[in-house]
Amino acid sequence: MQIHLTATIDDHRIAKLAAAALGLTLLEAAIPTPLPGVKPGLANIITLVVLARFGWRSAAWVTVLRVVAGSLMLGTFLSPTFLLSFSGAIASLAMLAIAQTLPAQLFGTVTQSILAALAHFAGQLLIIYFWLIPQAGVAYLIPIFAGAALIFGSLNGIAAATLLVRLPTISQPTCATP
Amino acid sequence: MKWFVHFRPGDWLTLALGIWLTGWLASHSWPSSAAQKIIIRTSGQLFAEARLDKPQRIHVPGPLGESIVEIQAGRARVAVDPSPRQLCVKHGWLSRAGDAALCLPNQLSVEMVGAMRRFDSLNY
Repeated sequence: MQIHLTATIDDHRIAKLAAAALGLTLLEAAIPTPLPGVKPGLANIITLVVLARFGWRSAAWVTVLRVVAGSLMLGTFLSPTFLLSFSGAIASLAMLAIAQTLPAQLFGTVTQSILAALAHFAGQLLIIYFWLIPQAGVAYLIPIFAGAALIFGSLNGIAAATLLVRLPTISQPTCATP
Repeated sequence: MKWFVHFRPGDWLTLALGIWLTGWLASHSWPSSAAQKIIIRTSGQLFAEARLDKPQRIHVPGPLGESIVEIQAGRARVAVDPSPRQLCVKHGWLSRAGDAALCLPNQLSVEMVGAMRRFDSLNY
């Protein structure tokens, strides 16, 4: 029996964008961090650009592919590290689905980025608190993680917004985007 | 191009809310550590407990002689102690909950206590 998979143009585009996000993930894995878990999250720049250009569905695909494939490449698949990125990714995607509905005149990519980063941090925190390290000592690090999420969320948002202006014509959206 | 050119009005609001949230988390996760009270022990027995709002000098007798614990607004120190190496005197002012100064030769211990004790005991 033969299985035929036909890849649509959308599939190709999602694969390319996920590859770009993967590159940033691998690049970032080489950057030393002062505290495990505090990372710039550069791949989220891709997620934000995809969200603005191709909608939430594509952004979700790119993010999930990036997290799963990235963990395979870094050798952390199904490890606590993977679960932390996965829960963070799911939380930030959920937040982006909500943030997308804010009036675009007032709230731009920077808002989406900050909210997604904070949701990412909250999603990770839930996993840490209820499963990995269920003790109050974690509370000591909460403000540090929140502060890092805020700073990197803002910077990624600015980067994504700049990218969206500088690259006005990276393939037109096929589905309706706001 | 300036970095904030991509900020829309609501983005500033989001950033401000984020800063507020971080500050709020910090104020709740890091309990204020200012000491409220001082506990003075000699030879393992409780000698005195005092609040830190009233400046005073407490004279504590010990095996080697008399030590003097000085209290000022919000802080305290061992001002005088007959121990040979003067470690607890050199320790200086204590102001945070959990700080302690020990004068072992004279069997004196001074411990600062906050609103809530973070440790039952410490072993070294």
